[in-house]
Order: sequence, then structure tokens, then C-alpha cells
Amino acid sequence: MTAKTAPHGLIDPGASAVAEKGWFAAHKWLLARRLSQFAVVVVFLTGPLWGIWIAKGNLASSLTFGILPLTDPLMLLQGLAAGHVMTGAALAGAAIVVVFYALVGGRAYCAWACPVNAVTDLAYWLRGKLGLERGVALKRSTRLWLLAAVMATSAATGTIAWELVNPVTMLHRGLVTGSILTLGSAALVTAAVFLFDLGISARGWCTHLCPVGAFYGLIGRASVVRVSAWRRAACDNCMDCFAVCPERHVIAPALRGEAKGAGPVIMSADCTNCGRCIDVCSKTVFRFGTRFHNAPSDAVSVGDGVDSAAPPARVA
Amino acid sequence: MAGRHDTRDGMTDPARRAMLAGAVKGACAVGVLGALLAIPAHRRAEAVALRPPGAIAENDFTAACVRCGLCVRDCPYDTLKLSDLGDGPALGTPFFNARAVPCEMCEHIPCVAACPTGALDKGLTNINNAKMGVAVLVSQETCLNYLGLRCDVCYRVCPRIGEAITLELSHNTRTAKHAFFIPTVHSDKCTGCGKCERACVLDEAAIKVLPHVLATGQLGKHYRLGWEEKKKAGQSLVEPSPEVQVRGMEGVEMTPGGTYKLERRPDGGFKEFKP
Repeated sequence: MTAKTAPHGLIDPGASAVAEKGWFAAHKWLLARRLSQFAVVVVFLTGPLWGIWIAKGNLASSLTFGILPLTDPLMLLQGLAAGHVMTGAALAGAAIVVVFYALVGGRAYCAWACPVNAVTDLAYWLRGKLGLERGVALKRSTRLWLLAAVMATSAATGTIAWELVNPVTMLHRGLVTGSILTLGSAALVTAAVFLFDLGISARGWCTHLCPVGAFYGLIGRASVVRVSAWRRAACDNCMDCFAVCPERHVIAPALRGEAKGAGPVIMSADCTNCGRCIDVCSKTVFRFGTRFHNAPSDAVSVGDGVDSAAPPARVA
Repeated sequence: MAGRHDTRDGMTDPARRAMLAGAVKGACAVGVLGALLAIPAHRRAEAVALRPPGAIAENDFTAACVRCGLCVRDCPYDTLKLSDLGDGPALGTPFFNARAVPCEMCEHIPCVAACPTGALDKGLTNINNAKMGVAVLVSQETCLNYLGLRCDVCYRVCPRIGEAITLELSHNTRTAKHAFFIPTVHSDKCTGCGKCERACVLDEAAIKVLPHVLATGQLGKHYRLGWEEKKKAGQSLVEPSPEVQVRGMEGVEMTPGGTYKLERRPDGGFKEFKP
């Protein structure tokens, strides 16, 4: 625990979880997430590289195994604002995406699918290593204003406007077509986002500016799969979960809401369901659950016969 | 784990930390601005790039295309590419460069079938009706056929030989005994596939496929071609010209068309004209 209270705050959140649970268990969801992000790129590359076609296209719109269409609903809406009604495949693809993220959490897109997440996580990690202060303070609501601007610009110019700058699709396109290797849009825009997050504003892009994340957050307002602080009574206020959370305002209402009669489930649409809080908690306070188990009585007290040494059964 | 933090002791000097942080921040700001500046810096003189078959009008296309690249993936000849900085078309949209790889005009048009958004119109079922652009013989000064030779390569490779490109004969006055075989594009038949541009034997193609907007003129909407209208109506739609009296021709009889009936004299002149 001494390592955590260095002069510059929590420098190694999760150290006590590693000591308690072992390295692998303390990085379980992080590893799963990196694997998922990796898979979202690799399934598009097996075809062009080895002739094994799994998914074609990119994050904007794709076709998996020749039958499953997926389309970014934000593209569909921009096209609509620009005056184009898309055809059946795109409409079906967007509907599937909306339903899926309304189930697993809207911003699970950010944590589990978006390739930019790994870039900004790297910037944040490096920022901690270099001991940089938070930098330019941005409001989280900026991304919603940007989203509104994107729609307005699409309508005014008759184009899918965000695609001129969208780092999400540009990076993914660069990765699945190999154009990232040239000094083209994918490399430049990704570098800009990385450097912005590293040197200008901590977690600036994903947490404050990205309108794609803001849009998926809106989809996930009523999403089913949620992180629950179901053993919040065991919390020892070590602050590790706050230190690793990219949207740290979402935790407190669930973790510390007992006195106000709040349930243990993190209900904010800003939560990305990354599960890092579950990883770093040495007291196994968090786990994945659903929004339907959010009565204050759904949180167990520590003496409830739950063996604190054994990790609880996973729900999701 | 404890050993990891020992190295930090050397960095606890606040002045050193502040200097390091300032340097990193400055370098990052330079990097962000540099990367953003590099994007417009890539822009070259507008390249002429062609859209895949079935692409809807350019203004609508940028509202419909989500840049997914499914058309590119399903193109069996690697003709289509997604645009990047400097290519010309809107970033991420599909295009092809005819001189590099022309469109092979697949019978089943897989690129159109792959498009999920309608940016490529599913109504295009016969590839011969594609309108990707129009071939234009832009360099009459270097085209070998214009120089009087029988190259004919553009004509020979055209998938619609004899329809989209014909060879029009005219007299070669330079040799006085040969003919020019002038490759002539018919825009209503040309699909813009670009095989002619690809095949042109010159170092720089004399025939190039251009987008319709660059390649074709447009008559004013009010223009009517008199001879076409006459054919449709079965007769001339304009009144015969009124008779205009010409000085010195008084008393000479005029036809209804407005021509004088002149009488030829035995010496070859006309009776009405005084020598």
C-alpha cells in the first residue's frame, strides 16, 4: 500500500489487487478488452492476408460471414441529415448495432471495439509514467455539442461530415487496409489524437471530445449490462477504481450511494463497461450485472456469508 | 513490484519534473499541429478520379457513401481503391485510376451488389449502361491515329468496340493518298471503364476518361435543333422568310422560299445582272 501514496497521487492503482488476486486475475477484463479490440481488427485482415474471409468492410459498415450486416448508426443518421435514405442492408445493419449496444452498454463500443481506445489508453499510461498534470480541462459535455455540430454540418453541407475527420473509422480503415503504413490520414489523425491526449489534455479525446462515443452513450442510456458495486460495504476507500476509471464520475453514485438509498449499479450512460474497476479492486466490490438488480438490497453486506477471498460468480 | 518505483526517486526534483513536463507538452502541441497541418498539405492539384459503376451523382454520393470499402473488397481486379490524402475524392470514398487499373466491367457488377447504402445504385443491372465517365481524346497532337498511323489500340480494346469508339475516316492531305482513321468517342455508349486510357501506347495517354461533368458540354435547356424538330413535326416549324426587295431586282419573280428566279444567258451570265 505504500507504493500507492507517492507524492503524485496514486501511481500504481491495482498493486494491491495484484498482491491479493494475482496478476492475471487483476488484469482479466483489461486483457479480455485488448483481445476484443485486437479481434475487431483481425477479423477484417484474415481475408486479405490469408484468404479466410470473416468480416469485410470496416467499422463504418461491414458484412460478416457473408450474411451479418453491421452499420454504424451514426453514419446512417448523418446520411439522413444530409438527405440520403440508405438501403435495406445499411438499415438492418444499423438496427442490429443499436440493439446490441442497447443490451451490452452503449459505450462498450468505446471500450471493446473502438481501436482509438488503445491509443488513448497508451497516452494516458505514458502520461502517468511521465508524471504530467491533467493539462487543459475540458468539459465532458463538449462531446455532446460536437455531436450536435456533426449533425448540423451534415445537414448543411449534404455530406457525411464527421467522416472527414473521424479518427475511429480512419484508424480502423488504416489498420484493415494497411494504409496506416503510409503517412496518410490514418497515421496523421491517430498521431494527433495520441499527442493531444498525451501532452495537452488527459483523457481529452475519448472522455471529452469524441462525438462517436457521445452517440453510443446515448444509445446506452437504458442498456442492460452494467457494472455493479454489489459488495460496496467491503470498500476500503483505496481509490484504485477512481484512478483507473476513464469516466470517474460514474462510480461514486453507486459505490457511495448507500446513505442516499441509491442502488449498487452504475447507471450512468458514460460508463464504458471496460471492467477495469473490477480488475483493480482488491476487495472484489465490483462485478458485471444487469440494471435490473439495482435495489439497495441487491448490495450484499460483507458479513453476508460471502467469502471475500473467493471471487464472486460472473454474471456477464 | 516495489522495485519498479525506485527509479522515480531521481525524478522527484520538482524543477526537473516541471521542465520535463513542459518539454513533453510542447513537443505534443507541435506534433498535434504538425499532424493537422500535414492533412491539407497533402493536397495536390485536383486529381481526376473515377467513381465505381452505378455511383449516384457526386453531390448525393458524399451523403450516401459511408466509406466502408465493401465495394473495394469485392472488386475482383483490385481496380477500386479507397481515397486517402492527396488522391482527390473525399477521404475514404472509393475511386479508380483508369491508367493504373481500369474497370473490367464485370457482368454481375459485384461492387454495386456489395454497397450497403445505395451510394452505388442497385438499379444498374447491365454494366453497359454504366456511366463512370467519358473517354476523351485529349491530345490530338500526339495520338498516333491523328498523325496518320494505324494504331487503333483504343478502338480495339474498347469493350463496346464500334459503338463507344468508332474510327471515322477522313482524307490525309499531307500524303494526299492516305486516310486518317480518327478514334471518335460516342458519349451515350461510353461507360468510362478506362480500358482505352490504360491501353494507349503513348508515354502519357492521349485518350483519357474524365468525369461527365468535365467531359461533356450541356446545351442550354431552351435550345432546339431545327432539323430534329422538323423531322418530328414532318414539316418546317418556321414561316418562310418574307420577301425582301433587293435594289436593282425590281420586277424579277421570286419563289415562295425567297429566291429570285434568274434566267441564264447563253454566255453563262444571268439576264438580270448587268455586266
